[in-house]
Amino acid sequence: MTEGIDWVTRSGARAKGGRPLFFEDPAVDRLTSLAMALAAELSATRERLDTVERLLEAGGTLSREAIEVYAPDRQAGEERGLSTRAYISRVMRGFQQEVEAMEYPDPPVTDWVDRLSRR
Amino acid sequence: MSSDLPPPYTALERHPMMPVTSHDEAARFNFLTHMNRYISGTLGKGNKLAYEGRVLPAFKAVHGRDPEHREEVRVAMNEDPFHRMWSALKRNTMEMRQQNGRQCVLRQLDELDAMARQFNEHSGLLQLDASVEQPIYNTCVDIHCQPGGYHGGEREGDVTVGANYDVGLFATTGGALGRLNDGGGQAVVAHIKQVMPDFAPKRILDIGSTVGHNAVPIAQGFPEAEVTAIDTAAASLRYGAARAAGLGVKNIRFVQCSGEDLSRYPDNHFDWVQTTMFLHELSSDSMPRILAEAHRVLRPGGLILHVEQPQYGPDMPLLEQMLRDWDAYNNNEPFWSAMHGLDLKGEMEAAGFARKDQFVVGVRAVADPEIFPPSPDGGQEDYGRAAIWNAYGAIKAPVEETVA
Repeated sequence: MTEGIDWVTRSGARAKGGRPLFFEDPAVDRLTSLAMALAAELSATRERLDTVERLLEAGGTLSREAIEVYAPDRQAGEERGLSTRAYISRVMRGFQQEVEAMEYPDPPVTDWVDRLSRR
Repeated sequence: MSSDLPPPYTALERHPMMPVTSHDEAARFNFLTHMNRYISGTLGKGNKLAYEGRVLPAFKAVHGRDPEHREEVRVAMNEDPFHRMWSALKRNTMEMRQQNGRQCVLRQLDELDAMARQFNEHSGLLQLDASVEQPIYNTCVDIHCQPGGYHGGEREGDVTVGANYDVGLFATTGGALGRLNDGGGQAVVAHIKQVMPDFAPKRILDIGSTVGHNAVPIAQGFPEAEVTAIDTAAASLRYGAARAAGLGVKNIRFVQCSGEDLSRYPDNHFDWVQTTMFLHELSSDSMPRILAEAHRVLRPGGLILHVEQPQYGPDMPLLEQMLRDWDAYNNNEPFWSAMHGLDLKGEMEAAGFARKDQFVVGVRAVADPEIFPPSPDGGQEDYGRAAIWNAYGAIKAPVEETVA
């Protein structure tokens, strides 16, 4: 480990240059960063679990060193890539549906409630 | 289905200077690579839908006309809830890429610094000059939201920023630059060898080289040439020279020098002057000086080539211009917008290259397509990041023509 530098804190240092505010309430900016970071951490954990499973399946045992240096072959890489793509798609469902709603807009469902209830 | 999947981070070549990623650091880069693809691909079309469906109609209702400039589109889009959220996601992937890269680099900085010192003391590839000042366009903000930009660091003489740039470029570009992140330089080499098969340069100048991703493949592609890779940022050069030495490249020198002042090189000295994704990092004041200096040091009959993202021009829709401008305002690229709005042919003409001697060609990254699928294009393109460029070039006229 590096001596003389608090590498954990310094890793998250801000870049010079005013950060754009994307939302009216800065708390939403912070929460977005939080949600994205958590999504990334779970993705990394899922990938690690996949590594553990593959190593155990192949060898019946594993070491932490073997996990750290694991590099998927072509097929495993594609399987894991597809898994990550599907994971992101699940996490981001609300955004996908927002885009779909802009592409094919629907009237509010209350319009249908009114219309179907009318005699 | 899987053919357009980005490759796993571990497909990158671990050259000797490359920071060693832990399992989870690589996994975080994988997440960011996929997330970037998702934001530009699946969600990217939401910007157009929001613009056409509500932003543009609202603009017309207020102003009684269409927007006349990308800046008007930007201001209007920044009020739109979808675009705001989209921008927030994209900004976060960049910040997360920086943090993950820095965590990887900083925890092993002692080893990386020691290795770089070893390489640089023995290879002779590095020539630093402490008298070179850092230009304002390098220091006003940290470019790409990379803490320290290209020039800073965590301690004197370290390689933090160069190493972090190298270790995370994969995530930003979705792996489209190939196993050594050098697909841009390789594309230049392939193109020049194809269209100028008899061109045998002896002296090549690469301006704004940073860590040499694009200069090293030129040195490798033209082993008879001596490549001079200059940059003002010692922090990037230290890493770049060590990286090149680790790759076994010998015909390149990393020299601390500003493109604005090439006085250490005589007139007509180089056979080829190259910049790759560099001009947008400058300023309105400095770019003409650099272009003029490049012209001066290039020999008559020599080649100049500037590889950049496409210029905007009047035919590009304002929304596309505005989306291509995203990095200018959200990823600390303050000259990006103005630079891409310029008539680059006019700028090169002012520097001494007659229009008849100029050309523009499209260039795509050259990588192993079996492992590194090319950048998505069309509606899926990640504007500003895609490994799809234009090369703005010229052949310097022979002396008698210049006089005539």
